[in-house]
Amino acid sequence: MPKVTNDEILAKLKEKYPDAVVDVPELIDFTVAVKSEALFDVGVFLRDECGLDYIADLTAVDRPERFEVVYHLYSIIDETTAPFVLKVYLEDKENPVLASVTPLWQGANFQECEVYDLMGIHFEGHPDLKRILLWEGFPGHPLRKDFEDRTFSFKELEPTRPTDPDKV
Amino acid sequence: MLKTESITLNLGPQHPSTHGVFRIKVELDGEAVRDLEPVMGYLHRGIEKISEDRTYVQVVPLTDRLDYICAMTNNQAYAMAVEKMAGIKVPERAEYIRVIMAEFTRIINHLLAVGFLWNELGAYFTPLLYCYRERERILDLFEKTCGSRLTCNYIRPGGVSLDLPEGFIPEAKKLTSHLKTFTDELNTMLTKNEIFISRTVDVGILPADLAINSSITGPMLRASGVPYDIRKVDNYSIYDRFDFDVPTCDHGDVWDRYYQHILEIYQSIRILEQALDTIPDGKVMGRRASRSLRRPPKDEAYGRIESPKGELGFYVVGDGSKNPYRLRIRPPSMINLSALKEMCEGQKIQDLIVILGSVNIVLGEVDR
Repeated sequence: MPKVTNDEILAKLKEKYPDAVVDVPELIDFTVAVKSEALFDVGVFLRDECGLDYIADLTAVDRPERFEVVYHLYSIIDETTAPFVLKVYLEDKENPVLASVTPLWQGANFQECEVYDLMGIHFEGHPDLKRILLWEGFPGHPLRKDFEDRTFSFKELEPTRPTDPDKV
Repeated sequence: MLKTESITLNLGPQHPSTHGVFRIKVELDGEAVRDLEPVMGYLHRGIEKISEDRTYVQVVPLTDRLDYICAMTNNQAYAMAVEKMAGIKVPERAEYIRVIMAEFTRIINHLLAVGFLWNELGAYFTPLLYCYRERERILDLFEKTCGSRLTCNYIRPGGVSLDLPEGFIPEAKKLTSHLKTFTDELNTMLTKNEIFISRTVDVGILPADLAINSSITGPMLRASGVPYDIRKVDNYSIYDRFDFDVPTCDHGDVWDRYYQHILEIYQSIRILEQALDTIPDGKVMGRRASRSLRRPPKDEAYGRIESPKGELGFYVVGDGSKNPYRLRIRPPSMINLSALKEMCEGQKIQDLIVILGSVNIVLGEVDR
């Protein structure tokens, strides 16, 4: 079976969703940035029609002007060697929201929880979005660049416990 | 009056079969598992955040602490991602040394995976201790090479930190042939054991399509019948020079996952034999490596290898300074847990322990 190259995928993507692609930055890995509203449709298209059945990695980068959510996609069936890197720029740093891809690739489940936990990006449509590595009530999101770099007091970091019903 | 209701049970975080501090919230209907939820994060040390304040080379010791059984492959994955980003060339001898160390690490990991699985089945420590004995022999070689046994800090961006010590090659050859005998012995003693078969066959089945959709990689994916091995697919390092196969099993139950490990040990031994025979002389560290890491490009790259547990990837984002702007670790152990719920539903509670054992997680890597 002939392998589909990343250039062909981009051409097909531009044909199907002419408005979705916003940027093709020159990086080592083949990268395509799409609009955040179009992400889910693009994901369906890439999985079902381009054979990218495997989401290797999902993460986010905190840039000074925006958040970048990065998806590294491969095809296990076609055994692609170079990753197809899908990026979404989130300009709204106050309230970053994005559609979840967990309904498409179950492997994104824990990774989206992790991005939510450490970077504070909400994923709409995720079945169970929760803090996965830190506990509920931890102050802030550590991987953001503006995360306060100081020593926390023990009381601040104490995990929230359910209150004892007898003492109330 | 009699009534039935399901019980919620917390398995862990302090439980011998969870391989560390890992908790599973299980909803039980009698003895059968109805629902479960993995809870992690007890060992979270924020390695990704700490890396942002360190130079590229200073991150290498942190990667030792991810999957502390396979320090060498962690080093290799990180080094390869950085080399890809900064465009560093690696000398040929260093590539050979990397392959030798990575395959020894794979044997360690697979021996321990088999040993711990048997431990969980109630073969109290006997197979595990024999596996530990062989692991010690490999660790002795590591200690001779780089001075430490677990946290090796040996494979660096640009090559490896030191050349092999005198007498390494003959000793490693002797050990390789010994390991082959040992694996034969292990295979004969364990694989067809009747009790083992009745406990593991048709338990925790993972279908191939679910495995791909859940991003499961490594021996677990291949035990489900998908011949996907990044050593073959990417041909990274110098793996295209060696003659080896990608074994697969077809059911994806616990027995297949066990047997997959045994089969892969044989392939690692094949690679080791060829690599030890053909290793060339030469330098072990690229000449321009440290210079290019002082001023790396403003670029980003995703490097991945076939670590013993699956795809271990590092996503390095550089901003032109000597520290990484962002470092993302793609942990195979954590993502291999994505399908734990589907594998365990409807199984008995004692099988849950065995299924978790066959996933073979290391909590240092799950929580980072």
